[in-house]
Amino acid sequence: MLIRIVEHIDLNEAYAWLQSPDAGAVNLFIGTVRNHTKGKAVTRLDFEAYEAMALQQMQHVANAAKAKWPLVKLVIIHATGAKQPGEPVVITGVSSAHRDASFEACRFLIDELKRTVPIWKKEFYEDNSMWVNAHP
Amino acid sequence: MELLLFGITRDIVGRHKLAVPAQEAIHTVAGLKAWLGKQYPAIQHLASLAVAVDNEYAQDDDLLQPESEIALIPPVSGG
Repeated sequence: MLIRIVEHIDLNEAYAWLQSPDAGAVNLFIGTVRNHTKGKAVTRLDFEAYEAMALQQMQHVANAAKAKWPLVKLVIIHATGAKQPGEPVVITGVSSAHRDASFEACRFLIDELKRTVPIWKKEFYEDNSMWVNAHP
Repeated sequence: MELLLFGITRDIVGRHKLAVPAQEAIHTVAGLKAWLGKQYPAIQHLASLAVAVDNEYAQDDDLLQPESEIALIPPVSGG
């Protein structure tokens, strides 16, 4: 398992990690910065992590995926710092013998990461900024 | 006990760390949340607030030990 918090996402590193002669399927999800939200233009996102806890929670998510599906390799990488529209900020990926497990586990990883891993993003608009999800 | 602060809770308190005075006699997660809500009313308006103890999510009736690493976890928004 490759679990990391980094300044810059390296797509090639993630793909290289997942490759294996035992695998017949590789799935990679890449989350990127969108330039708009709810009709407002987004100029950048700042990501902040509680790094020690985030790594531990990412490990829990990875362990849960490995318990549910027969996976060959697994990767979870999240970026922190200031990110511009279009930039990658998170990767989840798995390789497995067959594609069903690969598709399902990859989605599980990103869904659980978004639910439990202590990472926060602040959206910057042309006139102000806001912590995402902070208020109901 | 000392709290680590992130995201909007750091903005609300205005610091990265917050010392909770011993005389407040706070022993549980629920007690800590109630004290925080009184000290910083803006915290009550958050969509949720979790407390982490040594990198794991804690439950409201969990006991807090001063030697543990304790952090406030406002609504997460990674990904």
